[in-house]
Amino acid sequence: MNKFGFTMTRGRQIDYESNDKSIAEYIYSKEPSFRLCIECGGCSATCTTGNLTSFSLRELHILIKRGENEKVRQAIKKCMLCGKCTLVCPRGVNTRNIVFLAKQAFQIYEGNAV
Amino acid sequence: MNRDVIVVGGGVAGMEAAGQLAAAGLMVTLLEKDKNTGGHLANWYHLFPDRRNSSEVIHYLDKKIDHQNINLLRGVTIEEVEKHDDKFIIKTSGGKVIQSDAMVIATGFDLFRSEKKEEYGYGIYDNVITSADLEKKFREGDLRTHAGNIPGSIGMVHCVGSRDEKSGNLYCSKLCCVTAVKQAIELKEHLPGSKVFCFYMDIRMAGAMYEELYMEAQEKYGINFIRGKVSEAGETINNRLIVKVEDTLAGRPLKMELDMLVLMAGMEISEGSMTIGKMLGLKTGENRFFRVKDNHFGSNLSNVNGVFLAGSCTAPMNITDTISHARAAAAEVINYLTNER
Repeated sequence: MNKFGFTMTRGRQIDYESNDKSIAEYIYSKEPSFRLCIECGGCSATCTTGNLTSFSLRELHILIKRGENEKVRQAIKKCMLCGKCTLVCPRGVNTRNIVFLAKQAFQIYEGNAV
Repeated sequence: MNRDVIVVGGGVAGMEAAGQLAAAGLMVTLLEKDKNTGGHLANWYHLFPDRRNSSEVIHYLDKKIDHQNINLLRGVTIEEVEKHDDKFIIKTSGGKVIQSDAMVIATGFDLFRSEKKEEYGYGIYDNVITSADLEKKFREGDLRTHAGNIPGSIGMVHCVGSRDEKSGNLYCSKLCCVTAVKQAIELKEHLPGSKVFCFYMDIRMAGAMYEELYMEAQEKYGINFIRGKVSEAGETINNRLIVKVEDTLAGRPLKMELDMLVLMAGMEISEGSMTIGKMLGLKTGENRFFRVKDNHFGSNLSNVNGVFLAGSCTAPMNITDTISHARAAAAEVINYLTNER
């Protein structure tokens, strides 16, 4: 078959309806403070990993909430669980626990440890 | 109406309420703990959003309380309050006993003590100052750094002691955003060669002409706005400040060297309010400001009959709103004294 060099480009949109939000739901149920984030970035500013790699805890939160789980899976490995983010959060979000719970959720829902 | 009212607090709210009550024919004792009236206004340089000199408002209020029905006592605190039936009997620090038929509490706010946010280095680094310190610098006409240099770059940190679970203040102080914008503009006017950066979580410009001031700051003065909460400030080896923040819109952590850092201190209920509140048994809300009887139509009413609330002892409030709130308190007092018996 002739190939003419055409490819289908997947859209950039977050496909909110089809994305799987079970990881987010799991965290909401175990750690309600997850809902309080206002994306101020205090956590990311203080984060050692974030200053050395592309990891951003703030971005991780929003990716979880949007169900962009593959990106979450890749990013979450970088967290060293030092907890500095929890110390600066102005909303009292238990940020460190959110990383813990996300790891648990991947194990529970996808049977696939991070 | 031959009735006596005690107004506690000689700031904007107390002066306005006293003036309104006196004009209505009531006999007013206005108590101020400091030597001078005017409250925080006396420490401010220019006011948002029109940047008028604060002394104009002080002048208006001074005229307002220059009334034969007002007995102004300065440098006086309240030692004791008793309520017998509908009469209040207070004992002042000078041992004076004053009676009244109603009280207006206008004891206002204190600025958040920024040294409590130790990570921002107030009281540790010489060039970390508060919004109130900056107003003082404007008044004195000296904007130099501690070492006597003209600051080339200046950062403004929004929400210091506001919207911050770690400071115990979950509420928004409402005025710091517009204060930051006003001060940034004035810094640029005084120091056209300097760069000014505002670090914010959200910009809250809900007031007449606030948004316009924000746009003016961007367009005319070139103020830079960076969306992220500063996590900490430090000092470099050559005594410049360094702040760490996430530039959340770029999605990357950002560090910046600055010559001066201005902390936009939030508002808390004043110590004086707490003291008088305890004496009178006034209830406070979750945010520790006085609890008003009804948010919509009882915002001057306290839980004690005959005690009325005016101004920023009930919530963070700008001067316009404080004056309106004080007038409303005076109306409530007149209503109470006319209809109660």
